[in-house]
Amino acid sequence: MEAMIGLIAQADAAADAKAANAAIGAGFAYGLAAIGPGIGIGYVAGKAIEAMARQPEAAGMVRTTMFLGIAFTEALALIGFVVFILLGL
Amino acid sequence: MLGLEFPEINEVIRWVDLFPTFNKIALIACAAAIIGTVVFLLAGNADSTVAPKGVRNLAEITVEFIEGMVMETIGKAGLKWTPYMLSFFVFIYLCNLPGIIPIVYMPATARMALPLFLALVVWVIYNAVGLKHQGAGYITHMLWPPGVPIFLKPLVGLIEFVSNIFVRPFALAIRLFANMLAGHMLLVTFAILTEELIIGDSLILKPLAVLPFFMLVFVTAFEVLVGFLQAYIFTILACVFIGSSMENHDEHAEVH
Repeated sequence: MEAMIGLIAQADAAADAKAANAAIGAGFAYGLAAIGPGIGIGYVAGKAIEAMARQPEAAGMVRTTMFLGIAFTEALALIGFVVFILLGL
Repeated sequence: MLGLEFPEINEVIRWVDLFPTFNKIALIACAAAIIGTVVFLLAGNADSTVAPKGVRNLAEITVEFIEGMVMETIGKAGLKWTPYMLSFFVFIYLCNLPGIIPIVYMPATARMALPLFLALVVWVIYNAVGLKHQGAGYITHMLWPPGVPIFLKPLVGLIEFVSNIFVRPFALAIRLFANMLAGHMLLVTFAILTEELIIGDSLILKPLAVLPFFMLVFVTAFEVLVGFLQAYIFTILACVFIGSSMENHDEHAEVH
């Protein structure tokens, strides 16, 4: 009987450890996935502002292209977010 | 200490089924479709000889906005896609909007099913358009952009195939879904923080509830922007994909 309780406690501990690792992994997944896109979006937006300031008449075109660039860059961060949700469940 | 307990994600995004196989997400989606249709029907039936007002004004602005978008990305040959893109935009926007409407508070696009289906529709359309406009050449153009050295062809072909066939629709769906879900989770987080700080036992912490409440207001305002922006980005990407499969790939624009 005591051996059984010990086994169950062990299994519980293992499950807890697994959940804890998943939570840590989830945090890291999102944090790391946000670094690259953060730099990238900053770069895209900064360059777009530069272009708009130089040539205000092209602002509409630049803005459209900027949103496209941001959308593609952002997708990586969002995949990190999805991994975060999946691991955090 | 505070008894802060974040609800399970299933609790946050899952609502009670109204009756089997029809939950409130489906209700929001149906409402979005009906509202969009009714608004544009009303606008269409308005007298076109007098100056537009009310609902017709709104409809005209939206149509012009989409038309400009299509002109910019596909060009004049793509103008026949305007109604299609318009319905995309209006539907997605009206599905995003309930995320910030009190009582409802759930964007229908924060569940994977709706964005995935929309992305699959776009996938089918841009492939069909490519096959129709370029014939079998579409496949070879898709796999090997002009100017690829012969010894790189297997590698480039594989990468382009995966990126065009799998990554494009997947990224399109994930972009919409994850943005709306992230916004929804932010709202939930700050709402729970505010509530727990106000309900909590400690008197000292009660005034602190102002901080998450301000964040809640700010995030709500931000969600107004995000809901519009995501509808815009989904539509413009659909335009770009269709445009890129219509043109001959002499000047190949790299799009993932």
